[in-house]
This record gives sequence, structure tokens and C-alpha cells, in this order.
Amino acid sequence: MTQATDRPLTKNFQPSGAPLDLKGYEAAGGYAALRKALGMGPKAIQEELLKSTVLGRGGAGFEAGKKWRHMPTGDDARRPKYLVVNADEMEPATMKDRFLMEGDPHQLVEAVIISSFAVGADVAYIFIRNEYHLSAARLEKAIAEARTAGYLGKNVCGSGYALEMHLHQSAGRYMCGEAAAMLNAIEGRRAIPRSRPPHMAQVGLWGKPTLVDNVETLCCVPHIVAHGAEWFLGLSRTAEGGTKIFGVSGRVKRPGLYELPMGTTAREIIMEHAGGMLDGRALKAFIPGGASSGVLPAEALDVKMDFANVRAAGSHFGTGTMVVLDDTTCIVGALLSLETFFARESCGWCTPCREGLPWVARTLDAIESGRGEPGDLDVLEDHIRMIHDDNTFCDLAPGAMQPLRGALRHFRGDFERHVREKRCPYS
Amino acid sequence: MPTIFIDHQPYTIPEGDRNLLDVCLSLGFDIPYFCWHPAIHSVGACRLCAVKRFKDESDAAGTLVMSCMTPASDGTRISINDPEAVEFRRKVIEWLMVNHPHDCPVCDEGGECHLQDMTVMAGHVRRRYRFTKRTHKSQNLGPFVAHEMNRCIQCYRCVRFYSDYAGGRDLNVFGWHDDVYFGRHADGALESEFSGNLVEVCPTGVFTDKTLKRHYTRKWDLTSAPSVCVHCALGCNTFAGERYGMLRRILNRYHGEINRYFLCDRGRFGYEFVNGSRRIRRPLVGGKEVTKADALARMREILASGRAIAIGSPRATVETNYALRKLVGADRFNCGLSERDSRLAATALNILRTTPAMIASLAEVERCDAALVLGEDVTNTAPMLALALRQTARQRPIAEALKLGVHRWDDANLRNVAQRDKGTIFIATVDATKLDDIAAKTFRGSPDDLPRLAEEAFETLRAADRPLIVAGTSLGSEALLTAADDVAARLAKAGKSPRIALVLPECNSLGLAMIGGGSLESAAESLRAGKADTLVIAENDITRRAPKALVDELFRLARHVIVIDHTSSATSERAEIVLPAATFAECAGTLVNNEGRAQRYFQVFAPEGDIQAAWRWVQDSPGLDELLDSIERELPQFALIKAAAPAEDFRAVGQKIPRRPHRWTGHASNTANISVHEPKPPADPDAPMAFSSEGFEGHPPSALNPRYWAPGWNSVQAVSRYQSEASGPLLAGDPGVLLIRPGEPHGALHSAQAPAAFTPRNGELLVVPSHHIFGSEELSAGAEGIREAAPAPAIALNPADAARLGLRAGDAARVTIGDVATTLAAQVHDALLPGIATMPASSELPAWAKVARASKEPQ
Repeated sequence: MTQATDRPLTKNFQPSGAPLDLKGYEAAGGYAALRKALGMGPKAIQEELLKSTVLGRGGAGFEAGKKWRHMPTGDDARRPKYLVVNADEMEPATMKDRFLMEGDPHQLVEAVIISSFAVGADVAYIFIRNEYHLSAARLEKAIAEARTAGYLGKNVCGSGYALEMHLHQSAGRYMCGEAAAMLNAIEGRRAIPRSRPPHMAQVGLWGKPTLVDNVETLCCVPHIVAHGAEWFLGLSRTAEGGTKIFGVSGRVKRPGLYELPMGTTAREIIMEHAGGMLDGRALKAFIPGGASSGVLPAEALDVKMDFANVRAAGSHFGTGTMVVLDDTTCIVGALLSLETFFARESCGWCTPCREGLPWVARTLDAIESGRGEPGDLDVLEDHIRMIHDDNTFCDLAPGAMQPLRGALRHFRGDFERHVREKRCPYS
Repeated sequence: MPTIFIDHQPYTIPEGDRNLLDVCLSLGFDIPYFCWHPAIHSVGACRLCAVKRFKDESDAAGTLVMSCMTPASDGTRISINDPEAVEFRRKVIEWLMVNHPHDCPVCDEGGECHLQDMTVMAGHVRRRYRFTKRTHKSQNLGPFVAHEMNRCIQCYRCVRFYSDYAGGRDLNVFGWHDDVYFGRHADGALESEFSGNLVEVCPTGVFTDKTLKRHYTRKWDLTSAPSVCVHCALGCNTFAGERYGMLRRILNRYHGEINRYFLCDRGRFGYEFVNGSRRIRRPLVGGKEVTKADALARMREILASGRAIAIGSPRATVETNYALRKLVGADRFNCGLSERDSRLAATALNILRTTPAMIASLAEVERCDAALVLGEDVTNTAPMLALALRQTARQRPIAEALKLGVHRWDDANLRNVAQRDKGTIFIATVDATKLDDIAAKTFRGSPDDLPRLAEEAFETLRAADRPLIVAGTSLGSEALLTAADDVAARLAKAGKSPRIALVLPECNSLGLAMIGGGSLESAAESLRAGKADTLVIAENDITRRAPKALVDELFRLARHVIVIDHTSSATSERAEIVLPAATFAECAGTLVNNEGRAQRYFQVFAPEGDIQAAWRWVQDSPGLDELLDSIERELPQFALIKAAAPAEDFRAVGQKIPRRPHRWTGHASNTANISVHEPKPPADPDAPMAFSSEGFEGHPPSALNPRYWAPGWNSVQAVSRYQSEASGPLLAGDPGVLLIRPGEPHGALHSAQAPAAFTPRNGELLVVPSHHIFGSEELSAGAEGIREAAPAPAIALNPADAARLGLRAGDAARVTIGDVATTLAAQVHDALLPGIATMPASSELPAWAKVARASKEPQ
């Protein structure tokens, strides 16, 4: 069993960037957690996970332990059951899962095996973003090694538990990251979301019970199994357990990814770990958790970065990967870039998203390029008001409204100035 | 019974798993919607049907929900008029109109457009979007359906109907974000036999009726009447619309037990034969046009000798067949079929009268959860039955989904559970069929071999709640009919409640069988024996029904041949007297469908000249009702036939039912250049309907309803205003009357001995009749679009036989049956068994034939 560490997710990362192979991973204590888990049995693993209160690292922040409990476990459960790993990391500015898959692929493979065992899954799919070729290659190798070593297959470590694992490379759409759309994509259908109820634990992949979890969420599992929930909770500075891979991009000195305790403040992450702002630049705003979280102003820098605290600050923790905007950045231009992305990535299924997002993007384009009209802000406000969780089929469009809502709340003057001066004051 | 609260008012609703939209529409509320459809149910895509739902009485805030995706359970509290809901619905229309071309004045859908209705209903009036619109290229989708993608509002109904519901594979959705495209991968004729339903399923003008486009008329300018499809035996209900003496189009007319929301393409587009150039419009004697009086005088002269045989027809009404029978007497009435076809129809009738099984309507077929199809290629012989069987196949997977708590109307999730579960349909046919993709098991063989699948299917059928047996006459095999009867009897004996559906060839095959009469062979016998010398033939091209030798003999032996028909044929061309008959659009009449359901169609427009209902040429009855009275008196099997529709003296609040809508624009102006006085409308002694826009304005009895139209609902979606609940019976009752009541089950099995297994012959192939939805049926074959869609006649062979004969696909093959040889193109079908071939149906088939490579090209 590995030594407990305060940076469990990246502890095996090598300075060379190359991941540990199976031997190296085993030498570092890898797959010991799997053996322990097989001894504990599914129920005990689930209880430990529940105690550790791991919140879904894909952005939704739903308690993983509670989600697992939806999976039917009895003998009458419909089979096969599936575990699907959401590795379709397409949120702009987010690359934490790639970091984990490239840096320590066996960590994910072990995590998936333990998690599959805990929920009784017969088949696991890793649905990986199309562009993640290196991650895919490393995972393919890790899966093959694990299969050869008997960690996968008809009799995992001689326990009698059988698990098959497939890597599924996405054809490439942001929408595929939506859990239900991902299932449709695996089934070879259009990647459109599905309505709930029924819960995926009832009707998921191929109509069978399915659990979908994010890469980073699952990567916590072997460590929780190895060291216990209490240790995991202790890693955090707030009530939300564990460490988190935080990301910082934008006008900072050391953009990158940092494994830090949950609840580390944005100021510490940006100013210390990411080296602070580039010389001569001042922080104007930051997007705390990937593109579909609300823009926060500089005054919010002391927010403790976890789901509850960022929500209290009026935004979303999301994926915990921040975009830092400086005082020379045009907020309208930044929003135009984001909304153009969201409008393009709408799956075209439901009206508010399909028709609303392009309208928002075109309106921002008009404002940014000096063709703004006084009514344009009303159009934007209308969309923010009319596009929310109850009204749309999935979370894509409401997520797209998050940064716009924050931008208009904190930087409305910038928008008005564009319209008034019929130009972008930053260009 | 559950109670729901709508804007604070309590409403009691029937028990059952239904969604709020469905329930609110049934209660008469206006909630706009696009993607929901009563037959293809809910997916929650368009977001238009939003209402506010409240947790309980104290919840004042509430949340928006999509009414189509929310169950109407006891105690549900919603508001339709909530300001936020109203605003959101208006906003959805605003979004949908962003790229819509606003081309209503030149759009065929204009005036009966669901998008127009919903836009008005939701209250969107002012356009704010100021950027360019997305545009698409439209496609040529073949002879039936026009395509204009720019009008699309992306409700996804077309693909959900075409692919999910009807099993089509060549229409899909392409693209992404605000650039989704509904069409084919490339231009080309739609392959589904149900493509015409896109015209009604599409809420706007993307898919419109291409045949209507050739002679376009707005809905409000159509003179319409309720009608019954004449292109197969199922009796789907239709609306037929006319203007200026031309039949313009056919629309679906809802019947809760038959076609409900859909029609097949033959039924929808076959109507153009009515306007065809081969119509008979004037009486002819010796090939020369004469006056009606002269023609009648000549006919009376001939008939005075009393030596006539009257030949009826399975495509003529009960009234016409009865009138002929009355003209010459029961023993001289001839059904106009070959001995074999007449016996097949009689066997089918006898089975329906005595079977312990329930006779399945199309709606009942959809409710069945297992089926055995014996011999029939239903896609081509009774197309709407194929569509119904596609729903049958879903019943077992749906039952599984319901157990998981999925709602019956949650279409996408029902399909998510079902995945590729094929259900429990067994199909035994000579060749592959387009239903094979839903078959749990297919079986191929000669017609006599096909019943063997029954053995294999029996246990599955017995395990089902509602097992269904489908058979028919299209292969000319009585063994298939009796085998179906036996399976039903055995299931009944095993304590099950089986259903049976028998496919007959024509729109009144069963009605004719109920009247009876001699066969064409017996007519020849009478002529030979000198007992008769005259043939009076109504609506029957007998050259299609009997071998050439027999037909030639009939013409040779008959001194006089009188033909009453609406379209010239090889028979009418050889007649001494030809009298112009009305088509279904020009008269009223009653047909009996394959279930024994009598249904009446009504005159859509008064025909020009001397055209009249065929029966009027031979009977002096003042109106249809008097004729029906005497039918009821003389033929007890038709005792209920008058009840198929209200009689001529029916009045609704003292008024007739107007064939023209309240918005008909032609009133006086159409003929104002001749006289400023409005001309007197033509009289119709057969129906309580007027050729006018004046008359009863409420909902008439279903059998008399000429259109769906309700305040705020100008499109076909107005049908919900005529139903008690979606997909339920019509408010005024489904029209028609069942003439065959469950009889005394015979209980006995037919010969227990199965026919000998098929043995191929040396040097000969067993040629079995094949049918095609387009081309096989006589009347629709005269319609322009149908002609375009009809395949060229061909002989299909097993690959081994083809190789042995040196034939490749497309080669000319010479087929010799008896001493008659034909040349036609060869096709190679893998599914055919060695020694068996198929050819377009004719009275000679099935038969053994010699097949060889032909030196000349196929005709």
C-alpha cells in the first residue's frame, strides 16, 4: 500500500512527463487498492466513498457516493451493467483530465476497475475526447497491460469478478460530454441528450443500468479505498473532501495545472502557484470553473475554491479550471469567443439552445465590431432570463448563459460603452 | 378518477398514463406544441408547450415544465396562463422564427399551417432578430413529397415519424447546432411507402403534397367530403377535396379503429385517376357518343330479352353490386371474379364469420404483442397493416420499459430501453419483405410450405397476451387462409384470445363476397349452354381477373356486352354499350373492408355530363337510402348497412352539412361574369350534405365530417378537437358499422394434413404472384405519381436458378406459362428458394413456367 500523501492524484507523475508502466505503477503501490477493494466488497467501498463526500469533478458537483447508490445491485438487476468514464473533456480552458490520463493512466484504469466492482458493472467504457491522442494511446497501453496482468477480464485478480474495458474515442463534439448524449454517441446515434427520468442507473447505455463519472472523480477512488474517507476529508481546507486539480490559464506567469487542497483560495492559486499576473497587467476578472461558469470580478479573489463557496460567490466551481482576464482584455470579446463556441456546439435538439445561442453570439459580434444597437443588451438579458435549467433540455445552454450573466452583472459598463462608442474600446 | 388543477380550476381526468399536454388538449385548452404528436408522442425537443407547475397549494412561485414531458397525475397543479409561461412560449416562437423565411403567401401550407396557428396562439408578433437567416438547399424527394427546408423549425417530427415509427431508412437529420437538415443523403425518391404522411406530420411547409402542387388550391377553397380509400381492402378514412371539377388531394381522416393519423402513399396519391385522361364521360354505343336517353333505350332493348348476366366487381360498392343483382336476379348475378378468387374470398368470409378469434382492426393490430404473418407481403398488399405491425413489434419492448417506470408517452426513453429488441413477429413469405427488419424470425418457402412456420411460432403466440394471425388471399392459396384459421382455433382452445386479420385484395372484396354470385367460369358456362347471351359489367376490367382464353371466350359467346365504368379498360373497349360511372369522388356508396366494417363515402363534387353512380344506370331508386332499404330487406347479412352513416334526411339543427368551409372565397364571384346571382348548388339526393359553405357550423356526425377545422386550429392538428382523447375514438363516434359479428365458433380444424412439401420441378419454375404498392392496384395505377413510382415488371429468381438459366439482373427473360409467353426483365433475389420465382400478380399465377433467356429486350 502506498504512503499517504497530500497530493495523491499526481504522486506518480514523473518529471520526464512519461507515465509509469505497469511495473512502475505496481512498484509505486499501484493495484494494491484494487486488491484491498476486492477484499472489502462492493458495499464497503460504496460506504467509504459516501463518507468521503467526493463531489463530481466533471463540473456538476453531485456527490459521487450518492450517485453510485442508484445503481441496482440485486440479483434481479438488469445486466449487463455499465460504467462509463467521461473523459470527453471539451470545456474551454479545461485540461485536467488529460493531465491525469497522460500522467498516470494506470491510476484511472485501477480506479475504473475498483469503481466497476463497487457498482457491479460488467463492462466499462472510457469515452475520450477525439483530440486526446496521447491520452488514448497511453490508456490503450495501460488497459492492455492490466488485461495481461489479470486486472481485467473474466476473473479479476482471481476474485471471480469479470470486467471488460473499452476505450471509445469520440467523433468530437462538446455535447458528447453531456452524460446522456455520451451514451447516445457510444450507441452510434446522434449525440443528443436524453430526458430524465428514467435515471441512467435504470435506463442507460444500451438501455441498461449505467453509471457515468468523470475521470478526476474516479481517480480519487483508489486513494479513498487505500487510505480511508477520513484521510481524504482531511486533505481539504473546507468541508468538501480531497484535493483538486486546479487549472489556471490566461495572463499569468505560470499557467498550468496544480493539485491543491479543495478550498484553496483563488488568490493563492493565481497569485502564488500560477506566479501572479504578467508584469504590468492587473487582474480584471476570472472565470472560476471552465467556460460555463460565471465571470467573477477581482474582488472575488478570496473565494475558497470549492463547490459551495463559489456558488455563494455567485458563480460555479465547475471543473475548477480558471481563466484569468487582465485589464487589457475586452470582456465583450472574451464573451464573444465563448458564446461562439457554445452556439457552434449546440446539438440542435432543443429550441432555446439551437436558436438562442447563435442569436446571442451574433449580437455579441455586432457589439464587439461596433454594430451594436441600444436594444442589443435587452436581447442578451432576455436570453439570460429565458434560458435556464427548467426551460432547456440539458445544461449546455444554461451553462453558456453563466459567463454572460456574470459579465453583464459585473461589467455592464463595458457593453454599454461598446454600443455607445460603436467600437471596441480595447482594440 | 384523478383530479388536476389548471389555473386553480379542478378537472377530473380519466385514469391512465398520460402527459399534461395531451390531457389539456383533450380538455379543450389551447397549449401550443410542435414536437409532440399524438401517435409519435413526446420527446420534449421544441420546448413550446411549457406551463407552470406548482408543488402544492402554497407554492406560488412554481417552475416551468414541458407539459408534454410531465405526467398528469392526481393532484397536479399547473397554470397555462402564468405570465412567465406565456412569455416563454412566445419566446420559443420568436426563436423558431429566427430563420423561417416568412413566405406564407407562396407556401403550400399557408392557411392550414400549424406554425401559423402556434405563432398566433403563442402571441409572437414583433421580429427583433436583425441578422441574416440560415438557408438550405432543398431536395427532389420523388413524385409525392415536395421539400423546402428553409421553412423548417426543427421539431424532429419528420424523422421520428419516418424512421422511428414507419421504419424508413433514407430520411434523416444531418448537421448540428442551428444548421440541422432534414432530408436524404442525396436527392432521390423517398423509399418509404408512408412518405406522404410527412405532409401532415410536418407542422409547416417543409414537406408538402407534390401532387397537390400540380393543381394547387388553398384549404379554404376546397369543396370536401368524407371518403373511404378505394385502393385496398383496409378501408382507411380520407378527406377528398375538389375545386373546379378536379379532385385536388386526399388527406387523412381520423378513424380511431382503422387508420388513425396516417395513410399509405397509394391511398394518399392514388386519387389522380379521377382526373385521368382515360375517364369515360359520355355514353357510347358502338364506339360513338350518344345521348343518355339513347344509351338507356338501347340498353333496355337488349335487356328486355331477359337473357343477361350481370357482372359485379370487388371495386364497386355494395349498392352497385346489389343493383346489378336486382337487375338480373340472384341466380344470374356474377361476382366478376375467377372461380379461384371467388372461392378465396368466400373462404376468407367464412373464416371471419366462424373464427373464435377477434377480428382485428388496425388499431387492434397495434395493441397485439405477438404476430404471425402467413404469406402476405403486407407492405404491398395492405400497406397500412405493415405500419400497424411495426407498432405491434414494439409492444413487448414497451411492456419492459413500462416495468422500469418509463412513461408510455416518453418515446425516446421507450426506444432507449427497447434498443434492438425485435419483439415477437414471425413472417412467412415467399420472398423477402420490407417488414423483415422487425421480424423475430422469417421463413421462406412456397405458398403451401409457409404454414410450417406456424408450428415454430405457436409457443410464442401462446405466451403472448394478444397473439395475432395475419393471412390473406394474395398468393392465391387457400391453404394459408385455413392454416391461419387453424392457428387461431388452436390458440383459442389453449385458452388464449387470438386476433385475426385477413387481407383481401380490393376495397369491397368482402362486401362482394357477402353478396355472393357466380364466377367468370360459370358465366362462360351459362353462355355456352345458351342460358344467357348478354353481359352487363360494372366497374370491372375482367381481362385482369381471368386467363385470356376464358375472357376471349366470354366476349366471343356474348351477343351484347354493356360496360358501366368510370375509366376505359380492355373490357370497356370491347363493349357494345359503355356507360360513364362515377368514381368514389363523384357519388356516395358503401364499402365493406377486410374486417367486415361497412363504411360510406360521399360525393365530393357533382360530375359533369352523364356521369353517375354505376347503380343509377340500372336501378330507378330516387336516392341511396331507398336502395339501402331494399338491401337491408333482401339481404339480412347487410341488415345494419344503413347505420354506416346518417341518411339523406338527417339534419343538424335543421341544416345540412356544408362541403365548403366557412372561409370559402368563391361564393358569388366565381360566376359573376355570367350572372351576379349565386347559382343554385347541385342537388345531392344521397347525402345530407350541401355544395355550399352555408349550413351546420358545429361538429357533424363523424361519418359526415368533411374536414378538421377549429377556432385557432387551421391545420390537420385540429383533429384533437374532434377526439375525446388523443388516439381515442372520435367525439361523435368512429364512423361505420361492423357487419360481421362474432359468430358460432366452428371449433373444428381444417384438414390436419399439411400440404406436401414443395419439390422443385426439372426445367420449370413455380411462379408465384408478387405485388407492389405502386402498380398492382388497378385504380391508383392510373395516377401520375403512382405510375412514376411503380417498378417495371420483372421476374425474380433465386440466384442458383438465374445462374443455371444464364440470367443476370436486368437480362430479358422469356416466361412461358401454358402456351402464353411473356418477356420481362430478370431480377435475382437471394431470399427466394430454388425452383420458385415471382412475377407481377395476374390471374394465371401461381403457375409452373418455363423460363429462358430471351433474345429480345423486355417489353
